[in-house]
Amino acid sequence: MTGLGEASDRPDGDDTTDTDEPTTAVDSTGGHAPDGGLDTRLVVDRGTFHLDVALTAAPGDVVALLGPNGAGKTTALRALAGLVPLADGHLRLDGVALDRTPPEARPVGVVFQDYLLFPHLTALDNVAFGPRCRGAGKAEARARATAWLDRMGLADHAGAKPRRLSGGQAQRVALARALATNPRLLLLDEPLAALDARTRLEVRAQLRRHLADFEAVAVLVTHDPLDAMVLADRLVVVENGRVVQEGGPADIARRPRTDYIAQLVGLNLYRGRADGHTVRLDAGPAITTTEDLSGPVFVAFPPGAVTLYAERPTGSSARNLWHCEVAGLETHGDQIRVDLTGELPLAADLTTVAAAELGLHPGAPVWATVKATQTHAYPA
Amino acid sequence: MRKPGVPRTGARMVPVPLLVPALVGLAFLLLPLIALLVRAPWRDLPGQLASPEVWQALRLSLLCATSATALSLVVGVPLAWLLARTEFPGRGFVRALVTLPLVLPPVVGGVALLLAFGRNGVIGQWLDAWFGITLPFTTTGVILAETFVAMPFLVISVEGTLRAADPRFEEAATTLGASRFTAFRRVTLPLIAPGIAAGAVLAWARALGEFGATITFAGNFPGRTQTMPLAVYLALQNDPAAAIALSLVLLAVSIAVLAGLRDRWMRAS
Amino acid sequence: MTRSVCRTRRIRRSLRVSGAGAAALLALSACSSSSGSDADSDSAGSSSSSSPEVSGQVTVFAAASLKESFTTLGEQFEKQHPGTEVTFNFAGSDTLAASVTGGAPADVFASASPGTMATVTDAGATDGAPSTFVRNQLEIATLPGNPDKITSLRDLTGSGLKVVLCDKSVPCGGAAQKALEAGGLRLTPVSYEQDVKAALTKVELKEADAAVVYKTDVKAAGGKVTGVDFPESAKAVNDYPITLLKEAPNAEAGKAFIELVKSAEGQRVLTAAGFRTP
Repeated sequence: MTGLGEASDRPDGDDTTDTDEPTTAVDSTGGHAPDGGLDTRLVVDRGTFHLDVALTAAPGDVVALLGPNGAGKTTALRALAGLVPLADGHLRLDGVALDRTPPEARPVGVVFQDYLLFPHLTALDNVAFGPRCRGAGKAEARARATAWLDRMGLADHAGAKPRRLSGGQAQRVALARALATNPRLLLLDEPLAALDARTRLEVRAQLRRHLADFEAVAVLVTHDPLDAMVLADRLVVVENGRVVQEGGPADIARRPRTDYIAQLVGLNLYRGRADGHTVRLDAGPAITTTEDLSGPVFVAFPPGAVTLYAERPTGSSARNLWHCEVAGLETHGDQIRVDLTGELPLAADLTTVAAAELGLHPGAPVWATVKATQTHAYPA
Repeated sequence: MRKPGVPRTGARMVPVPLLVPALVGLAFLLLPLIALLVRAPWRDLPGQLASPEVWQALRLSLLCATSATALSLVVGVPLAWLLARTEFPGRGFVRALVTLPLVLPPVVGGVALLLAFGRNGVIGQWLDAWFGITLPFTTTGVILAETFVAMPFLVISVEGTLRAADPRFEEAATTLGASRFTAFRRVTLPLIAPGIAAGAVLAWARALGEFGATITFAGNFPGRTQTMPLAVYLALQNDPAAAIALSLVLLAVSIAVLAGLRDRWMRAS
Repeated sequence: MTRSVCRTRRIRRSLRVSGAGAAALLALSACSSSSGSDADSDSAGSSSSSSPEVSGQVTVFAAASLKESFTTLGEQFEKQHPGTEVTFNFAGSDTLAASVTGGAPADVFASASPGTMATVTDAGATDGAPSTFVRNQLEIATLPGNPDKITSLRDLTGSGLKVVLCDKSVPCGGAAQKALEAGGLRLTPVSYEQDVKAALTKVELKEADAAVVYKTDVKAAGGKVTGVDFPESAKAVNDYPITLLKEAPNAEAGKAFIELVKSAEGQRVLTAAGFRTP
């Protein structure tokens, strides 16, 4: 996961601000109910699947719904747009109840995952579609659309049909189309998923700028932690239709509370009981940490902090030493991700050279160590 | 392993158990047409075709088939949308009913139309009493009979296209403020245009060849209700050569029209 | 036996559905009604079985207008000659003639017009010269009770009446034309129907006010139409020729069937159906 590097690369100064904002687990009330912005509890029943997610956001906020496939993120988004009816809960936007409002009457703009640009219309007409439907005259709608395309740097492509646009251009047209109706709530479903890696970088930066300019609430859905962390001020992690963790990007990256998030941000995560600097893990062995805590805690450390040895290191001062076995190897950029089983199941990252020197192969026995300073313990 | 990009192997790749029946099927479809061409009275053809009745019947055929297609479009496309995009109790049953004319012998369809819209029919008697409208033995009757038989082709074709089309385009339109009807008109309709065109062509071709329902419901009167198939059938009674000549005209016209449409419409699909 | 004959007929009938028009729907009812006349024709049947031993299947191609009477005669024939089975193919005479000259395996061909028979004779498909066994005459079929008070062919030319004729290409249409010419009349119908049954059906369904059809058809329709005779019909009498076919698979039985048709009892069944003796 590249997410880890990105998250931990953040200057440490961020951490202090993040800790000000407490990590709330499943707090559905959301505390303050603002007059402006979004205040909702989305309950949707779909056969065996049950979604119950509460969200609040002030104007100008960018909230990311992060979660694995099938967690209910997209369903939540569709419920916000009015494409899926609420079974229960409420939906207020700028103080106005929208529960019973049909989608076409909601002040909501949506950027769909694969954009869903109307293939028979030009970029300009795609963007003008919303204003037209909301009552603008033909000329006025086109003028507005032209302005939006200008803002997106797409003035030259106004006459192009969607299939002639590159992925990044299509994404911007989709954004322009959603914004052209002046929505009070902007929804983005996996806004970068359809792009290749290179375009993604560029579009992500642009999108971040446009979202920063957007004065109303934006909610984006993604399964990519990097997108979430770069684009959003606040992350809401959804698993199995529930909110499992909520907080600032850096906070969530440093203190994951579920295996899913830990994996997502590329951390080894364990639950255990702390007693001073020692944490007795539920999984078996103990870990020595720098934090002085007691009671139930999480311990996390990045795979890059793990060092592997073919023989038991004799001179090593590391207290956290486990005997493991290689379960699998996988190339990860210019690194090798090693999956280990044994005393403690963990993931380790090492360079290709180091992996070759160790002669790693599935089934090979290895010794793994982690320095206490590279672990991070926090109350569960 | 065969290198990619090497041509020529197409025919060898086709398994014989598929190839042989396929060729038999193709031959079966083509041979009667070839026989028609081989045995056509080419020498008499100019004389046969000079008759104004032929052109009268052809003109009527084209007029009625086109009108029936238009009528099918006006009511058939919304019906297809209803079947593809909405949920209501008994939808499957309604769908089966729509396809019924496909299996009904057209003559029975004609009788059913008489019983419904005839001068003495369930609805026809009121049409006659209130508006003085009688449909049997009129050109309108021909159009109705052809529509009855041809519309299911259009509905089935358009419904299939609608089901294959991404319904999220309609959703995208509604999030932009479009009502469901506007979304249908401005987004779905253009998107499924190729399917509609294909369905319309099918319906048109079916209407053009319609015989049983037409002659039963609308009768046979030159210039008013005698379309080409009726003329062909009656010519067959005592002048098979004329019947073949008429059939060739019908064949040529339909091939010309379908080929023309193919270039203009179908390429989009 | 009755059932199998009946079924055969129905299948044949539906094969010709395109031509027979709405009459196809009535095939079912015709099937049950024809078996009702068994009882009275039965007693006459057993008295005159003088012919030599015949057995097996007899295939008779007969004009559609002969359907009711020939079906009755077929049943009689099977009773007189146990071990035989009569199979009918009722259709328009022209269609039948085309099948016969095309080599269809039939024993007997009964046509509704000498002209059609001539095409078969010319093709050398008959065994001996055909002979006329009945004649059919036109009649006007009107709505039940004749509400429009039609009494003559001239009445049909009056405006406001919806009249259907047979198409000129089929025998009943040709005959109607001849009758109209004999009366010096011009008649524009609402439709030229593809055969006599279709014309009759239009009156039965009350879509048309009148049709010029054969007397036998009016009779077969029972109370669903009312027949009106007209003098011009004498100028357009149709002779029905019957013949044994050269390629008959069962010539003996075919000959016996023709004998039955021409016999006194055969003629009685035919006149009961509205035909005139030659």
